[in-house]
Amino acid sequence: MRNAFAAHLLNLARKDQSILLITGDLGFGVFDDFQKELPAQFINAGVAEQTMMSMAAGLAASGYRPFVYSIANFPTFRCLEQIRNDVCYMDNPVTIVAVGAGLVYGVHGYSHHAVEDITIIRSLPNLTIYSPCDSVETIFSIDKILEGKHPAYLRLGKGGEPIINEKSHSDIKDVNIIDSGGEDGLICWTGGIGFKVLQAAKLLKQRGLCPKLVSIPVLNSQAIEELLLLNPDQFILTVEEHSLAGGFGSLILEVATGSIFSGRIVRLGIPQRINKEIGSHEYLLEKSGLSPTAISERFESEIMQFRLK
Amino acid sequence: MFENLDGKLINDDGSEALALAARIWALKMTNAANSSHIGSSLSVIDILSVLYSGVAHISPNNWKTPDRDVIILSKGHAAAGLYAVLGLKGFISMQDMQDYCKDGSNFGGHVTHHGKIGVELSTGSLGHGLPYGLGIALSLKMKQSDSKVYVVMSDGECDEGTVWESALLAQQYSLDNLIVIIDRNRLQSLTSTESTVALEPFADKWLAFNWDVLTIDGHSHEDLRKALVKSDKPLCVIANTVKGKGVSFMENSVLWHYRPPNLEELEVALSELEAN
Repeated sequence: MRNAFAAHLLNLARKDQSILLITGDLGFGVFDDFQKELPAQFINAGVAEQTMMSMAAGLAASGYRPFVYSIANFPTFRCLEQIRNDVCYMDNPVTIVAVGAGLVYGVHGYSHHAVEDITIIRSLPNLTIYSPCDSVETIFSIDKILEGKHPAYLRLGKGGEPIINEKSHSDIKDVNIIDSGGEDGLICWTGGIGFKVLQAAKLLKQRGLCPKLVSIPVLNSQAIEELLLLNPDQFILTVEEHSLAGGFGSLILEVATGSIFSGRIVRLGIPQRINKEIGSHEYLLEKSGLSPTAISERFESEIMQFRLK
Repeated sequence: MFENLDGKLINDDGSEALALAARIWALKMTNAANSSHIGSSLSVIDILSVLYSGVAHISPNNWKTPDRDVIILSKGHAAAGLYAVLGLKGFISMQDMQDYCKDGSNFGGHVTHHGKIGVELSTGSLGHGLPYGLGIALSLKMKQSDSKVYVVMSDGECDEGTVWESALLAQQYSLDNLIVIIDRNRLQSLTSTESTVALEPFADKWLAFNWDVLTIDGHSHEDLRKALVKSDKPLCVIANTVKGKGVSFMENSVLWHYRPPNLEELEVALSELEAN
């Protein structure tokens, strides 16, 4: 996703001088081409995220389209008030690009894990969260952000994620059906965890279960409500590489509560606790109950209970 | 409360008249609203009056045009002072000023940008104006514009780390179009700046960050006009001021950071201003 972001933004920035890439001194090697080709549109703001965010807001107020890049915790928690006041309150079209969503930075530890960002960021006004699951949805997200003129939060993994979408980025919608499945409920996810869900779906297929597989790259309440209305009495499992406290699954629940949805929603995500263990991305996902096996087992047991009622 | 003011606009060459009228309005507004920061407003009104009287290329007519100069009041709690100046210069209406802090108004106790002209940035949380202004100054450089950005800050605001992050970045980007004016009244929320978080040697700090620095009398319009000229570097004007300036019982008192004048105090304050 990260490389797709860098390449696509460079393509667009060649044609549009208002596009700026601002980094908080991160992205070693990722932006070499951008920096070399468009030095006037590249700013390294140093290790000063608060000032970087307000500065980006000032640039956006002056007609530029800044994309502010850093490891997910830094352009969010470190400068939350700058985002709230100078970006969102002023409705300046700054795009925050957060890499390392969830547990991607594995052994680097909790300081580098972005597991509460959706909760915090989605409470802010005027801003839309984009959380693609692969490079195709990343390109879709960038294009859609630039169609509008409002604050955006682009939540990316790192690099090398498998491509899930077989369709073109221009065919993707805010709620993106990956597999329309059978009559076995839905699994909805946001972000890079989609690949684990796909592996889980293969395991479920061996067990005779074919849920509808839905990626949700744009946290758009209206589009989510439409999905729920099309599946009003179904079982839904939500999966996110993020804390269960207030994240993606919570959003789905909030939307469902106000609608005629009468099925059941079960959320899978990271428990709200500090993981004291160090480990790789894979290891931490497994510890959090987000391995393909854990996802498939949870889905199977929950849908069975749902059917018994 | 406002009936004895004729509401006429102040001309470009009348910064002293503007400042006097703005003080009167700010006192009346904070009295009527029963909401304060009057001391902070009286402290900064001379700075704002000079900026809006021709030093900065900004008027209701060129608002939002690309060649305007930008003024950001980063000490957003001095909203009454700014709104008084904006009203007297015709950016906002006399009615807007009278609606200050009223239910349904766009004009609250901290500066907001909603629906009106003259405010570039909503402020109220300190340490936002300089980095935001830095972004605008950088954009002007990128567009090869000659316009300037004036950021008016409080001295207590310089406790915020973003001020010094921005000070580093402004010299990095050679922003000679960025001018900071610090309302140096030496009082912050609870007590003096020096007994809270000492700023001195204050000018030396800005010099060490490779800014040009001028220390002046922040109530002298002549000094302010002389100081606010183009520099080869980012410019910091340390404007020595008196919190509550112009009203004897408000001067140098932390109390009037919080307390609005009651009717009796308002009358004394107005008579003092009119006598001077």
